[in-house]
Amino acid sequence: MPNFIDRRLNPKDKSLGNRQRFLRRAREELKRAINDRIKSGKIGTADQDQIIPIPRKGIGEPTFQRAPHSGRREEVLPGNKTFGTGDRIPRPAAGGGKGSEPSASGDGEDDFQFALSREEVLDLFFEDLELPDLVKLNLKEVVTFRPRRAGYTMSGNPTSISVGRTMFNSFGRRIALRRPRQAEIDAIAAELLKLEGERRPSAATQQRIAELREEHATLARRRKLIPYIDPIDIRFNRFEPQPVPNANAVMFCLMDVSGSMGEREKDLAKRFFVLLHLFLKRRYEKTDIVFIRHTHEASEVDEDTFFYSTQSGGTVVSTALDEMLRVIRERYPAKDWNIYAAQASDGDNIPNDSERCVSILDNTLMSLCQYYAYVEIIDERESEMFRHADNGTSLWNAYREVSAAWPNFAMTRIAKPSDIYPVFHELFAKAPAPAKRG
Amino acid sequence: MEKRAKTSSLLFTSSDWNFDDLSRAYDAIKEIAVDELRLDFYPNQIEVISSEQMLDAYSSIGMPLMYQHWSFGKHFVHESNLYRKGRMGLAYELVINSNPCITYLMEENTMALQALVIAHASFGHNHFFKNNYLFQQWTDAGAILPYMEFAKSYIARCEERYGPAAVEAVLDAAHALMPQAVFRYRRRPRLSVVREQARIRERLEHEERTFSDLWRTLPQAAEIAAPREPQADLAERQSAIEYPEENLLYFLEKYSPVLKAWQREILRIVRIIAQYFYPQRQTKVMNEGCATFVHYTIMNRLYDKGQISEGSMLEVLQNHSNVVFQPSFDDPRYGGLNPYTLGFNMMRDIQRICTAPTAEDRDWFPDFAGNGDWCGTLLDAWATHRDESFIRQFLSPALIRDMRLFSLQEEASDPYYEVTAIHDERGYERVRSRLADNYDVGATQPDIQAVDADLKGDRKLRIKHTVHNGATLVEETRNETIRYIQRLWGHEVSIVGVDAATDKTLYEFSSKELAEKV
Repeated sequence: MPNFIDRRLNPKDKSLGNRQRFLRRAREELKRAINDRIKSGKIGTADQDQIIPIPRKGIGEPTFQRAPHSGRREEVLPGNKTFGTGDRIPRPAAGGGKGSEPSASGDGEDDFQFALSREEVLDLFFEDLELPDLVKLNLKEVVTFRPRRAGYTMSGNPTSISVGRTMFNSFGRRIALRRPRQAEIDAIAAELLKLEGERRPSAATQQRIAELREEHATLARRRKLIPYIDPIDIRFNRFEPQPVPNANAVMFCLMDVSGSMGEREKDLAKRFFVLLHLFLKRRYEKTDIVFIRHTHEASEVDEDTFFYSTQSGGTVVSTALDEMLRVIRERYPAKDWNIYAAQASDGDNIPNDSERCVSILDNTLMSLCQYYAYVEIIDERESEMFRHADNGTSLWNAYREVSAAWPNFAMTRIAKPSDIYPVFHELFAKAPAPAKRG
Repeated sequence: MEKRAKTSSLLFTSSDWNFDDLSRAYDAIKEIAVDELRLDFYPNQIEVISSEQMLDAYSSIGMPLMYQHWSFGKHFVHESNLYRKGRMGLAYELVINSNPCITYLMEENTMALQALVIAHASFGHNHFFKNNYLFQQWTDAGAILPYMEFAKSYIARCEERYGPAAVEAVLDAAHALMPQAVFRYRRRPRLSVVREQARIRERLEHEERTFSDLWRTLPQAAEIAAPREPQADLAERQSAIEYPEENLLYFLEKYSPVLKAWQREILRIVRIIAQYFYPQRQTKVMNEGCATFVHYTIMNRLYDKGQISEGSMLEVLQNHSNVVFQPSFDDPRYGGLNPYTLGFNMMRDIQRICTAPTAEDRDWFPDFAGNGDWCGTLLDAWATHRDESFIRQFLSPALIRDMRLFSLQEEASDPYYEVTAIHDERGYERVRSRLADNYDVGATQPDIQAVDADLKGDRKLRIKHTVHNGATLVEETRNETIRYIQRLWGHEVSIVGVDAATDKTLYEFSSKELAEKV
């Protein structure tokens, strides 16, 4: 007789730890693959389901392996039909070897491919980004409550009866009040039946019958009086609504669409805002986004107009700031809202307006905003010229003063599509880095 | 026999199994195994598991206890995907070379299949593990489970202390060198958990006792001795370490200038596991052949004795023929020679030669043809051979004809393959010897050795790959592996490929190039 052991009830997921380790490792690879894709200029596709083949490098297990078609080797195969000694068989084309020939490495493993949904792509994409200084938690405007278990209560909705607790109470009460059990009553009834069945009951028996009858009646009455479950036993699960703090945030997207912005500049700016838009939608459930575009005059527009409609005119940057101020005053009181702004422009402005912009920012806007990011779209040729931060357009030069005065003001330049993600990353990196001085 | 069949001596009637049936079947199988086949085996422990647990066991290279590493998770994901898509069936059993010998049975198996599996694993494999000289020489069946227990907890403790990332880095590198982590000529290392732990403790205690903060303050310059003659230097360091060393993991464990004690211990664990599996790599055909032959013989005997019904026997035969199915080379299902088929056929062939030899067999195998004792001949072969020598000794012309074996030569420079020998009078010898060569693990593995390391100088580790028959390495994985070696060595590592016949250098590669490329 051997030792038989039934292991079927043992915990199953013995390799859970291994799988978690594998996923963690694959995740890093995935992230790198996605970032590479986006960096290579396909921002529009970031918002789609993707199939990401994991490069074997990260999850491969290299060993020294014999190269499959090198040198001389002789193999023995079964099932010869027509060959004779000395026959020569032409090598199959493309050096692929015979399809059925065993590979020397013996490793026919598939490539791992991960199909990621749009959500997963964006999650990975925005993984370590965050709006900086999200501090003003307006508890007055709390909108969400989450039910939380909070013990038991005597009254409540029938659907939330706690059966376990109710039976617990009922059991205790039945013991305390000594509710007779059915088995006891049955025993007495059975005995009664037996005694009553006797032909000529003796006096003692008759007396016993009387006693039993009385006892039976008492017990039955008692059982009736003490119910199995009394309303006082019943307990309900109690839930308490717990307020979930909700941070109100609004992002102002300001974009210059004037004539000086060529197709390329507009495209870059739009890509930047697409990314920003995706990021906010993804990471913050309740973020308002206000789109403002400006030429020589500014207006608040909806998403579609902002991204897809065209307009032309001169350039007065301060109009956009005025418009933003107006919207803030109207709808987003600074004491209740975290206010963010991102501005994209090619840096052109009519003379003297830049100073006005600075004064608007200095006097009012910057004290209202948590964070203000200015992105300047420059020509690729200019990027050489403007390598140093102290050279720049009129707006750039003007904004440098603001940047020096306010730590929550960040400014940076984009010259080509591949800059967008790094710049974006720099602006919204998780550790609220002190705003980079241009 | 007739009589017994009538009184229904059937071991089981239903296709569902239960533990009573299992143990009745076990006893009947054991009777045949001991009395008729004269098998000698470790005590059996039979465990019933579910398919998920089987997948778990698969992914940790079949060990019931294993440390945690992402690569096992990767295999699990891969295998469970295949299984769920129906592209792969699971093995009916898994057996572990330990004492007591643990056999896992899948709960989905029918009773007839369970009986087959018990005969196959608990007796066939078990006998082979206990008696084959390679296993006797290289593995310690009694100590492996406690050792794995130790390895698992040791690595878990390391993860707690040094972080999973640091442990993973060492394990990744060590796994890459696993094929180069066996001693082929030395005695097996003895394992004992108690001694192992005592050894570590002593080592640590010694370090603590002899620790002196003063050493740190010694001026570095004092260590630099006067320059010596390079030749004498070379001779000295050659004698300090035994070069060449083909067990790279052992070499790194002992001599790496950068590894910490716990890292060396991890290398040691990986190395010991590799060593433990070394005999299995060398005896695949024999091991499976032995188990298949045993289950075939036992199940037939059970049927002869009327202990299993015709229906069950048909089921057994169907499964048996699936196991030993060998598609021909031009079949799309062909994936190399099936070790079950080759082993089983050879053993049936030996049985035939012993009992009913032809004149040809008497010519080829004069020492045992017609001796009548097939059981003794097989027992002896199982104990004293590995795949390569077994094939060289026992593959008969009759079987070569049966399986229509032929040998095909591939030369990288030629635009054709050449048939060098077929199953005819002229070809038997060559087919047999080529097939044996293909199963020689020593010859099929690349020959890679550590040849020099100047521990006092630039600490560059030199590795030599002796290229036989012009078979080079896959460049990509070679470079990756070198990168891993560098991680363990901490300094430059170079590999040079030298042709065995001409002594010409075929390629050279250094980890320095790796750094520049990245």
